[in-house]
Amino acid sequence: MSLVNLHQVHKYYGDNHVLKGIDLDIQAGEVVSIIGKSGSGKSTLLRCINGLEEYQQGGITLDGKEVTTEDIQVRCLALSVGMIFQNFNLFPHMTVGENIMLAPTIVLKKSKAEAAAVAKAMLEKVGLAEKFDSYPEKLSGGQQQRVAIARALAMSPKVLLCDEITSALDPELVGEVLKVLEQLAQEGMTLILVTHEMNFARDVGNRVVFMHQGKVWEEGDSKQLLSSPQTDELKQFIGAVL
Amino acid sequence: MLHFSDLFQYTDVFLSGLLTTVELTLLTTILGIALGTCCAAIRQYGHTVSQRLVAVYVELIRNTPFIVQLFFIFFGLPAIGLKLTPWQASMIALTINLGAYSTEIIRAGLSSIPKGQIEAAKVLGMNFRQTLTRVIFTPAFEKIYPALTSQCIIVMLGSAVISQISVEDLTYAANLVQSRNFRAFESYLVTALLYLVLAIALRFIFNQIGKRLFAYREVR
Ligand SMILES: Nc1ncnc2c1ncn2[C@@H]1O[C@H](COP(=O)(O)OP(=O)(O)OP(=O)(O)O)[C@@H](O)[C@H]1O
Ligand SMILES: [Mg+2]
Repeated sequence: MSLVNLHQVHKYYGDNHVLKGIDLDIQAGEVVSIIGKSGSGKSTLLRCINGLEEYQQGGITLDGKEVTTEDIQVRCLALSVGMIFQNFNLFPHMTVGENIMLAPTIVLKKSKAEAAAVAKAMLEKVGLAEKFDSYPEKLSGGQQQRVAIARALAMSPKVLLCDEITSALDPELVGEVLKVLEQLAQEGMTLILVTHEMNFARDVGNRVVFMHQGKVWEEGDSKQLLSSPQTDELKQFIGAVL
Repeated sequence: MLHFSDLFQYTDVFLSGLLTTVELTLLTTILGIALGTCCAAIRQYGHTVSQRLVAVYVELIRNTPFIVQLFFIFFGLPAIGLKLTPWQASMIALTINLGAYSTEIIRAGLSSIPKGQIEAAKVLGMNFRQTLTRVIFTPAFEKIYPALTSQCIIVMLGSAVISQISVEDLTYAANLVQSRNFRAFESYLVTALLYLVLAIALRFIFNQIGKRLFAYREVR
């Protein structure tokens, strides 16, 4: 059974038809890169998958369970879907450790000690063990984003959604975040990422989904799709970004 | 010639007035901020109907004189069977007044929180109450803390008006003393200084609490 399944998903913002019948099927362990021009609906697609946005038609299932924007459902969903944002969204008034421990303690009801142990392990994983007691603002963008990844991982999600998580970073900091993602991919984490990092999409990703005008315009194996695009739109897009 | 020594025999009167003012100030500050916090949360995140109700309350209070609000509660409400002591009426009027002003102030703090913070909490599985108390409140209050402090001091100073319904507060004490010994200059000067001290003390308390609440600012 697929981990994430979208069937003919339509999404409107008022009159604006943003997603026009998306079909997508993602297996556990896959690394799927969503690419496309600005406004093509990439973020919207991602945000529908974890119930941050509602959709008007079609169906989305996660691990066989239907996704809705119902509050209780979103929270239930949050237990298996992690999300990382372009601008980190760390909580400024908490230390790195507190940021990571918060949800495990108040949502998963873990004990402080247990949550701290998890937080330390996750920080270790992203290479920031020594930052446990630092405040987010003291960290570089790349470090903040790695903390955000650790915070998401502490909830042991089945799939991680990443929306342009390196776009707000200085170029020299992009590498450290991508390295963490690559490591996660190797460990078998399911990743769905909106990205402009074509090299990453090709080398680490299994599959690329090219969105255009609210549709999945072209999709396929990452290396194949990026080296020999079929549609003019994708050729144009690849020409523009490379 | 000034005769401050004529005030000494009224030390007890001043002290008891001061105590009443302090007592009412502390109580109404806590209750008023609590009320303002609830209303601000409703105003910012609530359903349309409750948002409107809060808006009506806030505008009603902010656009009418405090003394009229006080008189309404003390002299007006008995007409519908709600009879309050002067102290109770003052407490309620001050709380309602501070509640309305602090609603607007706190709401400004709430709306300064980036949407991403709330979404981050949501995707981590927190419910709304957890998000509000753990994620939103601290940075929101930090933003508006100076304004909130000032408003509480304004309400404390404005509480002088409650002597009009014969609550024996600091101003009542001043009126009483000067009517007995006709030392208006001395009485009101001393009273003014006492209010000044109260205002400074209140600001100090707020600063100390703020230092604790927003300790993360210091650490950075
Ligand atoms: N909250 C919103 N309200 C109304 N319209 C929106 C909202 N969010 C996005 N849209 C519209 O939906 C369309 C798709 O937006 P979306 O953010 O999904 O694009 P994107 O592919 O992620 O673009 P980008 O690369 O710029 O992030 C756009 O036309 C956008 O204007
Ligand atoms: Mg986007």
